[in-house]
Amino acid sequence: MKLGIPREIFKDERRVAATPQSVQKLIKLGYVVMIESGAGEAAHYDDEAYREAGAVIAEDTKSLWGEADFILKVRAPMRNNRLKKHEIDLMKEGAYLASYLWPAQSPKLLQRLASRKVTSFAIDSLPRISRAQKMDALSAMANIAGYRAVIEAANHFGRFFTGQVTAAGKVPPAKIMVIGAGVAGLAAIGSANSMGAVVRAFDTRLEVKEQVESMGADFLELDFGSEDGSGSGGYAKQMSPEFIKAEMALFAEQAKDVDIIITTALIPGKPAPKLITKEMVESMKPGSVIVDLASERGGNCELTEPGKVVEQHGVTLIGYTDLPSRMAKVASDLYATNLVHLVTELTPGKNGEPEVNMEDVVIRGLTVVQGEDITWPPPKPETPVKSAPPPSTEEPSPEQKQLAEDQAAARKRIGNGILLVLTVAALYGIGAYAPESFLSHFTVFVLACFIGWQVIWNVTASLHTPLMSVTNAISGIIVIGAILHLAQADNAAVGVLSFLAVLIATINVAGGFRVTHRMLKMFRK
Amino acid sequence: MSLGLVSVAYVVASVLFILSLGGLSHQESARRGNWYGVAGILIAMLATVAGVGADDIVSLVLAVLIGASVGIVLANRVEMTQMPQLVALLHSFVGLAAVLVGFSGYIEPLVETRGAEHTIKLVEVFLGIFIGAVTFTGSLVACGKLDGRIASKALTLPGRHGMNLAAIVVSVVLGAWFLGTDSMTSGLTALVLMTAVACVLGIHLIMAIGGADMPVVVSMLNSYSGWAAAAIGFMLGNDLLIVTGALVGSSGAILSYIMCRAMNRSFVSVILGGFGQTSSSVSAIDSDQTVQESTVDDVCEELRNAESVIIVPGYGMAVAQAQNGVSEITKLLRERGVKVRFGIHPVAGRLPGHMNVLLAEAHVPYDIVLEMDEINDDFPNTDVVLVIGANDTVNPAAAEDPGSPIAGMPVLEVWKARQVVVFKRGMATGYSGVENPLFYKDNTRMLFGDAKDSMDKLLSGLRS
Repeated sequence: MKLGIPREIFKDERRVAATPQSVQKLIKLGYVVMIESGAGEAAHYDDEAYREAGAVIAEDTKSLWGEADFILKVRAPMRNNRLKKHEIDLMKEGAYLASYLWPAQSPKLLQRLASRKVTSFAIDSLPRISRAQKMDALSAMANIAGYRAVIEAANHFGRFFTGQVTAAGKVPPAKIMVIGAGVAGLAAIGSANSMGAVVRAFDTRLEVKEQVESMGADFLELDFGSEDGSGSGGYAKQMSPEFIKAEMALFAEQAKDVDIIITTALIPGKPAPKLITKEMVESMKPGSVIVDLASERGGNCELTEPGKVVEQHGVTLIGYTDLPSRMAKVASDLYATNLVHLVTELTPGKNGEPEVNMEDVVIRGLTVVQGEDITWPPPKPETPVKSAPPPSTEEPSPEQKQLAEDQAAARKRIGNGILLVLTVAALYGIGAYAPESFLSHFTVFVLACFIGWQVIWNVTASLHTPLMSVTNAISGIIVIGAILHLAQADNAAVGVLSFLAVLIATINVAGGFRVTHRMLKMFRK
Repeated sequence: MSLGLVSVAYVVASVLFILSLGGLSHQESARRGNWYGVAGILIAMLATVAGVGADDIVSLVLAVLIGASVGIVLANRVEMTQMPQLVALLHSFVGLAAVLVGFSGYIEPLVETRGAEHTIKLVEVFLGIFIGAVTFTGSLVACGKLDGRIASKALTLPGRHGMNLAAIVVSVVLGAWFLGTDSMTSGLTALVLMTAVACVLGIHLIMAIGGADMPVVVSMLNSYSGWAAAAIGFMLGNDLLIVTGALVGSSGAILSYIMCRAMNRSFVSVILGGFGQTSSSVSAIDSDQTVQESTVDDVCEELRNAESVIIVPGYGMAVAQAQNGVSEITKLLRERGVKVRFGIHPVAGRLPGHMNVLLAEAHVPYDIVLEMDEINDDFPNTDVVLVIGANDTVNPAAAEDPGSPIAGMPVLEVWKARQVVVFKRGMATGYSGVENPLFYKDNTRMLFGDAKDSMDKLLSGLRS
């Protein structure tokens, strides 16, 4: 089957859906890969690199769309003004398509795809489960957007991020507030933090506090009961009016203090919440910067203009909607890898023929059009079974625990008591009845045990193997007993027995020391 | 040589042995310690020979010469990966020697005794032979298991605890008979019967213990061989044997204790064996989770960009003989200024300190090879962790899932690092039969294949 990679025609779109590396992997899956000339140019991949990777360069746009059985692209198909035709109409009937499609916002597009029987996979409607993470293009792009947001902010901000004390005076560090600690927010926190800024972050989902702190930011908390904004699938939900009021008060207060605000707040299926009002912008210090990552969906700030950089009340408002595309190379690399994983899932036989297995939750979620049918939205997934608690997890009450601990301690005390009594009895027995000669040996034995105990604890763990082999060699000292018997043997049987004993024990002595020596010689700094 | 001189020589030998063990507290003094041990044995043997003024010096010299050359040849030939087998084999020799000397001592006592002294001596003979015989066969089985000649799976016969108990009861009865009789023939019969029972007991005890518990078993047998020597020392009234036996005995006991603590299991439960046979592999893994495979190129890239790397080896590294590749990679990375360290779990491998010896053989400097307690806090600040052939010792379930069979066992917390790469042959569970959630973590990548192959490829990838 032929995979086609067209050149993106959306304005300022620099990304491409396949890189030379991903082309190699796609070919391994059994596909023939065809790419439009210049498709990777903006991402710094030239035709030659693709050809080397094994791709065929298509003659022109029309032939690529017309010949490919499976189109991989970035942006949703749109009208090609040069050819005066919609991209979908250029496609083969019954072909496949994988790209961003935003099915909820574009019902007409789905109808158009269905009318051409194009089985379509919307990379943006991937179910958020761990198995699907490797195909999660939204996260991959959000990560880039978060990073780039900080870079854009730095570009428009007139100071260092890091505080410095120089001969020419002291420079305070930049203070940054990040609203929304999703993937983009966390990436922004990490980048800003590593550039030396003081970073604070806010999110309605309390569960992300730890993640925020691990990236090096302070988590701003509201003094507001315990309302948690965690919605389904790891997204935020809409909050109560009281909560929003408290939240806005916090932002108003922070706006006076911070130099840069990066907003990333989105609620699925709703316009972006307005969090930064005109008054807040006015209250910010002149020269401050706001980066609004939600600008494509209406913006978190009242004054941002999508796709533009504007200055209002001395504050630079950045409303770029194409941040990932501004880092076309890495964005293409990651997106292409996401698509390779998607195609891998679709091609279990590695034979270059996609199989749309609608039983598979991930593929079901991705497929928005199958043949003539619109299959979006997918049926609600059954509530994910949270790793079921192990059987019999009836949490014992504190009293029960205490009781169990008490019992264990009591048992231990009794055990120790019995041991003590036995020891005393044994010692008494030995002292009272054993002959003197035995007692002197016994003294030596007990003392030697204690010396051994003290000495061995000092042995370093890395030398435990040599310790074993050297104690092995030393325990060959039993050879002395054998020698005594051999030297004084009258009985032939004893002679043979003790001869063997000497022989075996000497193997031990010689072998043990020799091998210890070999090992110790190897330990070096 | 007078008796006094012999005694003094024995005291000197005892001190040398203690110094020898003390020397092992540090790598630098360890080699000197080994020489102290050699000197101690030589002094003790010469003094003994001089003391008794042997008539039959020829057979003695012959036995020593044969034994010494066999021992040295054996020690020279052994591969470092076979060290566990060799150590186990040497234990069995001590056990056998104790049995032989015990019999000689009964048939032809060197010290005349009567009354209570005589009874005590007989008890010593009996105990010496019993411990010796258990050590002998037990060590042979351990050696066979470590060598792969005997399946390393725990053999659990029905009613095995009852059988062990029966063996001990029979031995005690035989002991009573042995003490009660005056005739040499019935005494010998009792001894031989008891030896046979003890041999079977030794075999059965060790057969019931599975592969990964071997560090405990080997150190326990080490301890037994010491106690056997001490019992023989009591029989002969020889303080040097008693001291040495006690030293070795407590050494083995401490090692066993350390190993058990590292597995969070009681000594008794290890000795009674049968762990991992309950097939209670709780699959706490969601079925929709998959592992993320990686490629050699990706791992090379990770390593090139890393500032600090920790390598966690396990028994799999020993099996695949991958230690030289690991060492080369370490050298290369260190030359490029990467901070490379090793994290060693106390029970990694089949012998206490097994990994250290293998890494030392491959010329990894010992000061970057750290113990679990020393390195566990550093994982969160580590870029890449390479887990090579380790499984249970890096299982997060031990720390996170109270329902897991290995809950509470201290483990290397590799999952706290930024990126973990696991080198493994397949998805099989470790010895304990417990699923490892580490493989499914977001920051874990799996690189399947033979560890040695993977190391070689990684090395050439890093060089290019």
